[in-house]
Amino acid sequence: MPATPMSKAERDQGHARVFDLSQHSLRELNEALHKLTPGSNETAWEVLNPKGSHSVAVGVDQPVSIDVRGSVGYYCAGMNDGAAITVHGSAGPGVGENMMSGSIVIKGDASQYAGATGRGGLLVIEGNASSRCGISMKGIDIVVHGNIGHMSAFMAQSGNLVVLGDAGDALGDSIYEARLFVRGKVESLGADCIAKEMRPEHIELLQGLLDKAGVTGVKASEFKRYGSARKLYNFNIDNADAY
Amino acid sequence: MCGIVGLFLKDKALEPKLGAMLSEMLVSLSDRGPDSAGIAIYGAATGNEAKITVQSPKADRDFRGLDVELAKAIGAPVSVAVNSTHAVIRTTPDKVDAAREALQTLRPDIRIMGAGEAVEIYKEVGLPETVIDRFHVRSMTGTHGIGHTRMATESAVTTMGAHPFSTGADQCLVHNGSLSNHNNVRRELIRDGMKFETENDTEVAAAYLSNRMAHGKNLGEALEGTLSDLDGFFTFVVGTKNGFGVVRDPIACKPAVMAETDQYVAFGSEYRALTKLPGIDNARVWEPEPATVYFWEH
Repeated sequence: MPATPMSKAERDQGHARVFDLSQHSLRELNEALHKLTPGSNETAWEVLNPKGSHSVAVGVDQPVSIDVRGSVGYYCAGMNDGAAITVHGSAGPGVGENMMSGSIVIKGDASQYAGATGRGGLLVIEGNASSRCGISMKGIDIVVHGNIGHMSAFMAQSGNLVVLGDAGDALGDSIYEARLFVRGKVESLGADCIAKEMRPEHIELLQGLLDKAGVTGVKASEFKRYGSARKLYNFNIDNADAY
Repeated sequence: MCGIVGLFLKDKALEPKLGAMLSEMLVSLSDRGPDSAGIAIYGAATGNEAKITVQSPKADRDFRGLDVELAKAIGAPVSVAVNSTHAVIRTTPDKVDAAREALQTLRPDIRIMGAGEAVEIYKEVGLPETVIDRFHVRSMTGTHGIGHTRMATESAVTTMGAHPFSTGADQCLVHNGSLSNHNNVRRELIRDGMKFETENDTEVAAAYLSNRMAHGKNLGEALEGTLSDLDGFFTFVVGTKNGFGVVRDPIACKPAVMAETDQYVAFGSEYRALTKLPGIDNARVWEPEPATVYFWEH
């Protein structure tokens, strides 16, 4: 067990358990997080000095809150299952990859393939996300306050991607049933991705997501919806041009 | 994988620390490439002196007496500063071509790493830490520099396969990625008179840039050309006499992060490389856009 930077008395007073990555190894942090069991009293964690470290707080499967003070490298909060993880900085490639449930908030920007393959939970990026945001998403909700890069939501299967800014080239290429809501301009749509009507149920869904992500001053009606034209599900020679 | 770094100083007060800062950045990316490492470091050009960085597998033999013999051969003053397996030959700018030619006869085993008024290039097999110690990079001063740590995918782990690759006078290139059409491009460049030392894909990219510039393009245009003529994955950082440039392929899967403050512009494959720079917590940090050429110059 790693050294405990805070005394038990301090923790009992409701302080977060502080884990300084300049003093302790990343492995110690992740092992401590993986040892959490249901009903643990250690429900609040604070991680200091991440300095671009890879794999910070991956694989957490308990409903604890984790505040990371600084920017992280590859794969932060991957496979998250129930924790509420906030990065007070920017995140490198693959943040929240394959999230199952819980929430991840990135106060800065996120690099490529944020939220890739995510199955559930909510990923909020308060800055911009770069290329391949939400690639192959399978049920996750992603809300990006800024812009997203090219090839975002590539082969997205289900879930919702909400973008308050603009989207790059080839949005939603080969998309299945995920819903994409973009407030700004879309550079181009990928194969089989089309603009769709915003019906009342979509406004309601989107408003719920905006509320959940803490977005204020933005109306659901300002967004356009994009989704699958459903021509590429099964090969049909008449649709060969769509590939 | 591979890791690349670049640092362009705006604040002259940092110039004595350039080597130390660049070393710190490169060492932090060691696990992106343990095979070989290299740096190009740029000092202020004086205009009346040219430098040729050379390397020899038999440095003791090849560098001994070279200053006298080369001076005699080209009829101009020459100095040779030996640094491990490398040496920096200084002479007058008008004698660079003559010196290159004379070296082929005087010391056939010597390889030219790069030449120009400002640049010195050092590269060897080994971890960044080892290579940096070998050449005493931490004590080097300068205005800007680029560095590379290599995980070889395309060709052998050798000194000549390490980066940076020279692309012309005071110009060099480091690369993260792999090119898939390098054999074709190499054949075309050979037909156009370019010479190659290795089977390496990045050497082809370097030769491509040199060739485009020899055909009258400027560096920016030559870099734009890479986007259509080179197929594969790349993040390139190029060093120039006055600064450095960055370009990523349109897919942009090779990582890149940049930071800018009043004191410097820095490039790293990852944010980790930038964390020890002064004032980084308040720097503007961003990811360079795909298929976009960036330049910073003094």
